[in-house]
Amino acid sequence: MAYSDKVLEHYENPRNVGSFDKDETGVATGMVGAPACGDVMKLQIKVNDKGIIEDARFKTYGCGSAIASSSLVTEWVKGKTLDEAMTIRNTQIAEELALPPVKIHCSILAEDAIKAAIEDYRIKNEPLPQVSAE
Amino acid sequence: MGMIYCDYNATTPVDESVFELMRPFFCDHYGNASSRHQVGRIAKVAIDEARNKVANAIGVQPDQIIFTSGGTESNNLALKGFAGLIPVSRLVVSPIEHASVRVPAHELAWLGWELKQPGVNSDGVVDLEDMAQLLTGKCGLVSVMLANNETGVIQPVADIVKLAQKSGVLVHTDAVQAFGKMRVDFDLLGVDALSIAGHKIYGPKGVGALVIRKGVDLMPVLTGASHERGLRAGTENVAGIVGLGEACRLVIERMNTVETHLKECSGRLETGIEALGGVIFGRKASRVPNTSYFAFENIDGPVLAARLDDLGFCVATGSACSSGKTEPSPVLDAMGVPLHLARGAIRVSLGMHSTIADIEEFLSALNQCVSSLHRSAACA
Amino acid sequence: MEQNTVNLPIYLDYSATTPVDPRVASKMIPYLTEYFGNPASRSHVYGWTAEKAVENARNEVAMLVRCDPREIIWTSGATESNNLAIKGAAHFYKSKGRHLVTEKTEHKAVLDTMRELEREGFEVTYLDVEENGLVSVDTFRSALRPDTILASVMLVNNEIGVIQPIYELGEICCQQGVLLHVDAAQATGKVEIDLQSLQVDLMSFSAHKTYGPKGIGALYVRRKPRVRLEGQMHGGGHERGLRSGTLATHQIVGMGEAFRLAREEMGVENERVRYLRDRLLAGLVQIEETYINGDLIKRVPHNLNVSFNFVEGESLIMAIKDLAVSSGSACTSASLEPSYVLRALGRNDELAHSSIRFSIGRFTTEAEIDFTIDLIRKKIGRLREMSPLWEMFKEGIDLNQVQWSAH
Repeated sequence: MAYSDKVLEHYENPRNVGSFDKDETGVATGMVGAPACGDVMKLQIKVNDKGIIEDARFKTYGCGSAIASSSLVTEWVKGKTLDEAMTIRNTQIAEELALPPVKIHCSILAEDAIKAAIEDYRIKNEPLPQVSAE
Repeated sequence: MGMIYCDYNATTPVDESVFELMRPFFCDHYGNASSRHQVGRIAKVAIDEARNKVANAIGVQPDQIIFTSGGTESNNLALKGFAGLIPVSRLVVSPIEHASVRVPAHELAWLGWELKQPGVNSDGVVDLEDMAQLLTGKCGLVSVMLANNETGVIQPVADIVKLAQKSGVLVHTDAVQAFGKMRVDFDLLGVDALSIAGHKIYGPKGVGALVIRKGVDLMPVLTGASHERGLRAGTENVAGIVGLGEACRLVIERMNTVETHLKECSGRLETGIEALGGVIFGRKASRVPNTSYFAFENIDGPVLAARLDDLGFCVATGSACSSGKTEPSPVLDAMGVPLHLARGAIRVSLGMHSTIADIEEFLSALNQCVSSLHRSAACA
Repeated sequence: MEQNTVNLPIYLDYSATTPVDPRVASKMIPYLTEYFGNPASRSHVYGWTAEKAVENARNEVAMLVRCDPREIIWTSGATESNNLAIKGAAHFYKSKGRHLVTEKTEHKAVLDTMRELEREGFEVTYLDVEENGLVSVDTFRSALRPDTILASVMLVNNEIGVIQPIYELGEICCQQGVLLHVDAAQATGKVEIDLQSLQVDLMSFSAHKTYGPKGIGALYVRRKPRVRLEGQMHGGGHERGLRSGTLATHQIVGMGEAFRLAREEMGVENERVRYLRDRLLAGLVQIEETYINGDLIKRVPHNLNVSFNFVEGESLIMAIKDLAVSSGSACTSASLEPSYVLRALGRNDELAHSSIRFSIGRFTTEAEIDFTIDLIRKKIGRLREMSPLWEMFKEGIDLNQVQWSAH
């Protein structure tokens, strides 16, 4: 399997490996994939009170392309608002890393990981829907 | 070895430059081409390069090349591989084919195929009128060699393809003897499959290829892992394949000089043979320039060959594969050559390293043997 | 004195293929350019020289496995030998029965051939193996039926190196009148093979797994009692009609010499290899959550197949690119599926995927083993740092209880 230079670079020097305390304020966690599929990505974002993602961390169980995709994504989400981060598309990830067709699913999973993290943030931080009294 | 080798149709020495290219792949670059690591990738790259060379030499794309363990396997794969995927019907195989086509054809006949053979004229050429008749109706597959290994006679394969195309019949040609001695262009021939072997073109034994037309499918004969796009399982013989690739490249590079040289040598040889009273089989047909298949009346072939061997000349009686047997050649039989002449058959096949001086010495030795054998026959 | 420096990449993939031993190469080479005759050429010395070399090599092969040289047929490799043995026997004896038995961890050359026979109307039983990779003798015995004609079980497994109980299986087959074929491609030079005492009818050999060239192999076909086969490669009648095709003298000479060296040096070499393997094992088991695949006792000393939990297979291979090793067998490593052999042991997908096969050989050095241990420790550490599964394991979470959101 020949990897692109970009993938190799991210694999050798991954950005933002690690974890935040998931109970810390502003931290949201998205976990996607399954060991049986050969890819599990955990993406964590730290959102400040202005709604901007100020930091991100990832841990990935997966091939070089999966690691590179999630590493890249932690770079891209930094400095973005949640809405902006939602617009990150797997096609952009795949293009940036020059992923071959058989590895496109890694970029899809990375996109899912962002969405899952953002969803987790919204669940934790948005007001609960009001239950209207009878 | 101190002998003069005149049996290039049986096999050839590996060319020095072919061997040098092969050498690193035994002890140094020894990887399994299916391994994903660096060591394996080197082997894979070498195989890809070799595949390109073979493809260029035959005028096809690399993905039309299936590497095999030699001419016999390529022929087996063509016949059984095609037959496995089409409905059983008629199979047309010439009576002058090499055993590695004839015997698989008989196997297929056992499995229900209607095996038909066209006639062969006295010059050793397959009869096209017979062919035209056999290729109509329910015919699935035909195999005719491009050049016969015993007589050297070139068969009208392109014409047979045209006849076959009218009825949608698949055509295979065994080009094992032809390739390297005449121009072989896959698309010009128009066949669906073509066999070659390394050891006839100054490459190593144990490796060959089957070239197939794009869009044509085969059932694999060797099953296992998915080598050669699932068509031929088995760890690739990297050194052999590298050798075959280079041998093919050299065939093209040297075609002109080799052809001229062989024509010169065989011209001198055949003049000499006929001057001694020898009868050359297929004389009037179009032949590859290196092969002279001949006999002398009342002189037994194996006896003459033994005498020539004593004098230092390596020749053949019939094809190498059957040289242990004492029956006359089925090829000569199909050509209608009478038994008393067929029994005397000797094949001299020249090569790159043959020289005019060798020819002169050979003719002198031949003269000696023939005279002495005629004398003893006369006295008997 | 062993060298302390190592050349990268370190080759630990001897089960995929081996370099041709330089002694073998120098014996082979004259038969390419000098003694190039066609061994079937009866009429001149070029042919006779080649034929003699072929028969000498046949003797060498026969001596390693203790059989009669007339029982050895040359083929283009173990894949072809397996094809010839299984199809050849099945076709010949099909009037006696149409049931075949094999086991799930066989090489693809056996499994695929069995599948092809199924398409022809034969019935095949694929036996499970135990967790240690071995075929159970009792299970095997109960799988045989009155209409069973052939069983095929490999002697040494290519992925996990375990040694199957061929002696016992042979006895059972003999009693039941079933032919036994054994793929011994991975066994020559590693275990004693004595066809005088093994009740085996057909045995496949490969040269390139035993420091010989690629593209040549052999098939043992028992003469007493006589085993019949339908040839698969038809033509000039070579090898007593069982396998036609011009014999590749240089290849055969190479295989003969390789097998001679194996016979002479196996004892000493195995001890050295065992020492190296044990050293590697000692170094690796210190890493947490490593699992050895396959029985440790009934195993050739050359093989160590290890799964590293919580680390993904492909990223692991990428991490250790200074090592030439395998994940799954060489022939199937192009696909993305986990090794079917490891799955047959009962390993889950993840452990099957994150396995490495280390295979040690004639030219492996102690320095290379030490470098390997070091490298593996470092890289596994790094990958686990990056792994969410390792994190969860360390936190005490049972991964089997987790609801994954696969897409």
